[in-house]
Amino acid sequence: MPRRDDLHTILVIGSGPIVIGQACEFDYSGTQACRMLRADGYRVVLANSNPATIMTDPDFADATYIEPLTLESLTRIIEQERPEAVLPTLGGQTALNLAIELAESGVLEANGVELIGADAEAIATAEDRHRFKEAMLEIGLDVPRSGIAHSMEEADEVIAEIGLPVIIRPAYILGGRGTGIAHTTDEFASVAANGLAASPITEILIEESIEGWKEYELEVMRDNADNQVIICSIENVDPMGVHTGDSITVAPIQTLSDVEYQVMRDQAFACLRRVGVETGGSNVQFAVEPSTGRMVVIEMNPRVSRSSALASKATGFPIAKIAAKLAVGYTLDEIPNDITRKTPASFEPVIDYVVTKIPRWAFEKFPGTSGVLGTSMQSVGEVMAIGRTFPESLQKACRSLEIGQAGLNGSAAEAPFDELDRSDFEALLPSGSADRIFQVEAALRSGMTIEEVHDLSRIDPWFLDQMSIVVEERQALTGRTIGDLTRADWRRAKQLGFSDVQLAYLLVDGDGDPATEAAVRAARTGAGVIPTFKTVDTCSAEFEAETPYHYSTYEDENEVVASDRQKVIILGSGPNRIGQGIEFDYCCVHASFALADAGYETIMVNCNPETVSTDYDTSDRLYFEPITHEDVMNVVEAESAAGSLAGIVVSLGGQTPLKLADRLPPELVLGTAPASIDAAEDRDRWAELCRRLDIPQPPGGTAVSVEEALAAAAEIGYPALVRPSYVLGGRAMELVYSDDDLTAAMKAMGETGSLGREGGLSAERPVLIDRFLESAIEVDVDAIRDHTGEVLIGGVMEHVEEAGVHSGDSACVLPPPTLSAPVVETLGRYTAAVATELEVVGPINVQYAVRDGEVFVIEANPRASRTIPFVAKATGRPLAKVASRVMTGATLDELRADGLLPAEAGQGFWAVKEAVLPFNRFPTTDALLGPEMRSTGEVMGIDTTPGLAFIKSQLGAGSALPPPPGAAVFLSLADRDKEAGIEVARELTGQGYRLIATAGTAKALDAAGLPVDRVVDRIGQGPVSAVELIESGDIALVVNTPRGRGPRADGAYIRIAAGQHGIPLLTTVAAARATARGLRDLAGSAMQVRALQAIHGRTDGGGTG
Amino acid sequence: MSSIHAAALVLADGSVFEGEHIGAVPNGPASGEVVFNTALTGYQEVLTDPSYAGQIITFTYPHIGNYGTAEADFESRGVFARGVIIRDLARRHSNHRAQDSLDGFLTRWSLAGIAGIDTRRLTRRIRDDGAMPGAFGPVEGPGAIDLAIIKQAAADEPGTDGIDLVATVTTDEPYSVPFRGSTDGRPPRIVAVDFGIKSTIVDMLATSVGDVEVVPASTPADDILARRPDGVFLSNGPGDPTEVTYGIETVRDLLGRVPIFGICLGHQILALAIGADIVKLPFGHHGANHPVRDERTGGVEITSQNHNFAVDPASLAGKGEVTHINLNDGVCQGLRVDQAALSGGTAPAFSVQHHPEASPGPHDSAHLFGRFADAIATHPTETN
Repeated sequence: MPRRDDLHTILVIGSGPIVIGQACEFDYSGTQACRMLRADGYRVVLANSNPATIMTDPDFADATYIEPLTLESLTRIIEQERPEAVLPTLGGQTALNLAIELAESGVLEANGVELIGADAEAIATAEDRHRFKEAMLEIGLDVPRSGIAHSMEEADEVIAEIGLPVIIRPAYILGGRGTGIAHTTDEFASVAANGLAASPITEILIEESIEGWKEYELEVMRDNADNQVIICSIENVDPMGVHTGDSITVAPIQTLSDVEYQVMRDQAFACLRRVGVETGGSNVQFAVEPSTGRMVVIEMNPRVSRSSALASKATGFPIAKIAAKLAVGYTLDEIPNDITRKTPASFEPVIDYVVTKIPRWAFEKFPGTSGVLGTSMQSVGEVMAIGRTFPESLQKACRSLEIGQAGLNGSAAEAPFDELDRSDFEALLPSGSADRIFQVEAALRSGMTIEEVHDLSRIDPWFLDQMSIVVEERQALTGRTIGDLTRADWRRAKQLGFSDVQLAYLLVDGDGDPATEAAVRAARTGAGVIPTFKTVDTCSAEFEAETPYHYSTYEDENEVVASDRQKVIILGSGPNRIGQGIEFDYCCVHASFALADAGYETIMVNCNPETVSTDYDTSDRLYFEPITHEDVMNVVEAESAAGSLAGIVVSLGGQTPLKLADRLPPELVLGTAPASIDAAEDRDRWAELCRRLDIPQPPGGTAVSVEEALAAAAEIGYPALVRPSYVLGGRAMELVYSDDDLTAAMKAMGETGSLGREGGLSAERPVLIDRFLESAIEVDVDAIRDHTGEVLIGGVMEHVEEAGVHSGDSACVLPPPTLSAPVVETLGRYTAAVATELEVVGPINVQYAVRDGEVFVIEANPRASRTIPFVAKATGRPLAKVASRVMTGATLDELRADGLLPAEAGQGFWAVKEAVLPFNRFPTTDALLGPEMRSTGEVMGIDTTPGLAFIKSQLGAGSALPPPPGAAVFLSLADRDKEAGIEVARELTGQGYRLIATAGTAKALDAAGLPVDRVVDRIGQGPVSAVELIESGDIALVVNTPRGRGPRADGAYIRIAAGQHGIPLLTTVAAARATARGLRDLAGSAMQVRALQAIHGRTDGGGTG
Repeated sequence: MSSIHAAALVLADGSVFEGEHIGAVPNGPASGEVVFNTALTGYQEVLTDPSYAGQIITFTYPHIGNYGTAEADFESRGVFARGVIIRDLARRHSNHRAQDSLDGFLTRWSLAGIAGIDTRRLTRRIRDDGAMPGAFGPVEGPGAIDLAIIKQAAADEPGTDGIDLVATVTTDEPYSVPFRGSTDGRPPRIVAVDFGIKSTIVDMLATSVGDVEVVPASTPADDILARRPDGVFLSNGPGDPTEVTYGIETVRDLLGRVPIFGICLGHQILALAIGADIVKLPFGHHGANHPVRDERTGGVEITSQNHNFAVDPASLAGKGEVTHINLNDGVCQGLRVDQAALSGGTAPAFSVQHHPEASPGPHDSAHLFGRFADAIATHPTETN
């Protein structure tokens, strides 16, 4: 069937801010969908609150709403835009849930809007565990056996039927209390009895435990003619028990025979038919009992998912794009396969390589978490690597992670695993963790057998044997002299994925000294062992591929074809992590688009499967490779040999590519020279530069030891901010108030902390100590300087939270609402002076603290900042595109003439960027903001007053605002916040809210003449504590600012309780003030929604990227 | 693990690929037509499929042998391929069904192989230049062969054109497999002509169609009709269909008299029997992911394929209707004989180029056996 002509306008719902479990993959899928639908002639309306996304670039939709993803704002958008259809299957669970809300609330029906790609009934069948299970049994598929018991007698009957081990879950219990696993009859008796006792209705669910079974996933597509195909099969290295998003996974399936695989395939199709997924992509997860092959269906997602993004990158089959086409009526055989262009999309990709995905975690940011992986996802990003074999792809994936590993151990980063002994392995290997893969290698290397490691970890022996091959090769190489290695030796090592860094760690040079990476590279290439690049083509070379999507391996034939165009390589930002996420992908993708428009052939290098940058459609060529010196140089050399390379963009992908700049051929680094980057990072040179320019800095110093730090602090004074150099996202940054604090912080950085593992401190990597300016306003300025010296101030952002909260976690407002014109002018002048002095050509971000009208410069980063996309959305100026053009030699004047740099738009509007924090995933961590960045994503609110924009940003971040009229607001303020807090309280009481406060705060409010409805006791010191009021639902908004340093018991409990019960929580008085003003501006009236194109005064949506 | 011995693969054009010897120690170079198969799983089924007689199979998926081998996965009484070319042989397999490793299987069946090959380079070569003869063998260690001898073997290898390979794989004696499905009356009687039949086909006929009598490829029509069949099945098989003149003649004599269903080589023989032409594809279809559209329903099935020859659709005019096409390249994948070509009889005859029995591959086309059963039910033959 061809496309539907009865549809004209389609609303696409995005997935909102990046959170754990829902990340860039939905920007990738949404961007694909928008591009495809527009290319097919539909008018696309997009709703997404996340300004860092590529999909919210106004070029990708006809009307782009950066508005909160709530029922209310979507209703307004629908009323305003009158779409005929909503496509909700490409925006993750968020979009799917909203679609259900829109359907159930009658909004869709009232506006004559149809859901396409999924229907409510199918979603309900897939999402409801019980219904899903019933549905699967109905079509004859196997599921984990279970039964319900109300007594021990019934429990015994159930167990007689399903057998041990089992998981026992008491009914109607929150948070898993009373849940347990029983392996033996005795354990069962006790766990079942406990469970029955814990359940208020004396009921337990007894379910067969499938922990340790092999886990598989199939990515399926179905069209409206019931054609179904499997796009990709995935096998988890981590068996059942670890969330698939936290598991190391491999494509294709490795350890199933064709007989078993085809049964699984048939079952996946049957599952989609029964659930009723009419068109689009879905995944079905299976568990297989290893000794019998019994196969059970675990769950299915009736939408595009994180694994669809992985499957798309792993195979070259663009699932989201095809899903969008299927949703508007096409069938699979009507859609061409982009990569071959000759064959249709109604086929099943086959691959001739192995893909490995490894998640990346951020446990170091969340003290108090165990780091043990379970059924709730905790990772913040992932890497994917492609190799011809599993060992090669696994080692490439390990070094893509950027955790100091150069592969599967075999470098200095393995030290902590080398210390483990058999009893440690016995304790560690049964639980999934960020380190397990490295522990497994160490266990095998220590002499444990595959059987022993398998018994402990339940990892399939095939994977363990493949890792043993790596271990054996390593042992054979250890201590050998570089010069003795033959071509065959080098080739075998490289084919097993060993990096030059690993080989340097294992080999010695002619003098018996440890080899260097450079010496290894020289000897290896001298022996003629250089990488070959193969192509991801969906068909294992059966047909010619039109799309140059490459990966490196060590084989005979290289497939990179020559080109006579000028080429630019753009280095991506690697795995998402806290502090470096989608915003850098946005910058890289924009650079690719802008440089392509300027006539360059663009070449992307990245290893993050979630992103738009790794879509083969984004750049002329894609290299799916780790962002390391060796891997990047391989691409540089291959591309230099195949044409003329104009340069490499290193400054748009965050710290990852920037760290490599020093060792790249200097003439190829585009834009700001690496020396300038160092000048900004080097404390002494930077201080000298500021002195020269007469720009005030807070007093500061550097130290590599505790003694030096104490001496510096004595000069600078407390409070002081301590942070390591060359790290992202304020990692390990701390605010210290005394010598004791400082000593502890220095120790943590040098030894025990995560930095210690990466080599600790050194003269090259000292600790920076700065005087902390209390009560100062922090300001971020994004600017671009061209080679003629003109500096464009892209945006001046005033932070809502005061200095001391990491800029990435702070809300900020553009334009600055409280800064005076002279201060803004000073900020611009300083920024231009710094950019000029550093000889920046390209983007620069400068951070300032403003106190009493005086401007202090905190730091400068001559690279794209994470606020670039936000500024672009707020002002209508595509800063990343401009920066990339400037770096390749264009002047700002030329870009103005080209129309790439329009006048600033959005006058009369304020935009607020708010951070979104993952505390709900780490419920035992205190939800306090500090100098270490912990947010995973961001949202934007844009409106006609700063207050309204702020409220929208809070709504977008998931806050239930505004509180109902007359509701109670709880206030607990630190002494230093009381004065400002009283103003907030006055504003709130003026709006009719009641106040509840802790004793000290109540006293201050009372003294100011404000009525306090209720005073609560300290926890444990009276009948009613704040926590209890929060739990009972009597409080609709919590304002709790920390007292001094460190978590005090009460405050932490209050914040954790608010987080767990979904009560809006404000931890700074500044945020409280902004909220109160926003509530006043809103004054009970309905929220307005506006398309970015209207805000920017451009209704045509502009050209496409 | 035993030590690694270098081996070499040489194509008829003289190009050499270096690798390592695996499997049985050979008495001389293994030679045959080098083809590739893109299926990710099912190596044992492929190696035991008689249709691969005369061929050296390149598996494009790099890890082969991961799940071992099992008695249940044999597609015939032995191994008919001339050799196997892979990138990486699993040192250890892991699957509850496995009874032996692939290496053990190769040794047991005296099949040599070569590993460590840049199979993607080889596949691209075959794709661009067509399936070509080749030879391989160890150049060091036990059974070592001089490279010059391997080169000569490659140059001398005739390939599969113009050779009747069916005679080398068909059963010597007829045998029966009773119906395993359920029926009210007498199950239909199927005579399956064995041009190199896969055991899963026999199984599926016995499960969903009727009693099966498998007869040698050279069995004449009279002998077949004497068995009073309700339907005749024409099996898959290796090589050039135009060389199977006796089979073509047999089918010509059966047309219209008994419902006929053919698969793969059987499909080509049916086409030749009605006077259509056969063409050789540049490198054939060998994989388990080919989309085939049923032209009558419009539905797309993902199919298992293994053929180098195909029916020329233009030559079917007035004789047969193209019922299935391969969406990748438009190749004819199925036909139905026109009434006019049924020699005055009424019993239908149809066939497909792909493999509805899969093994390895998807089950999407398995319903075609049901279509055969339906054809038998609605066309009682005059012989019964």
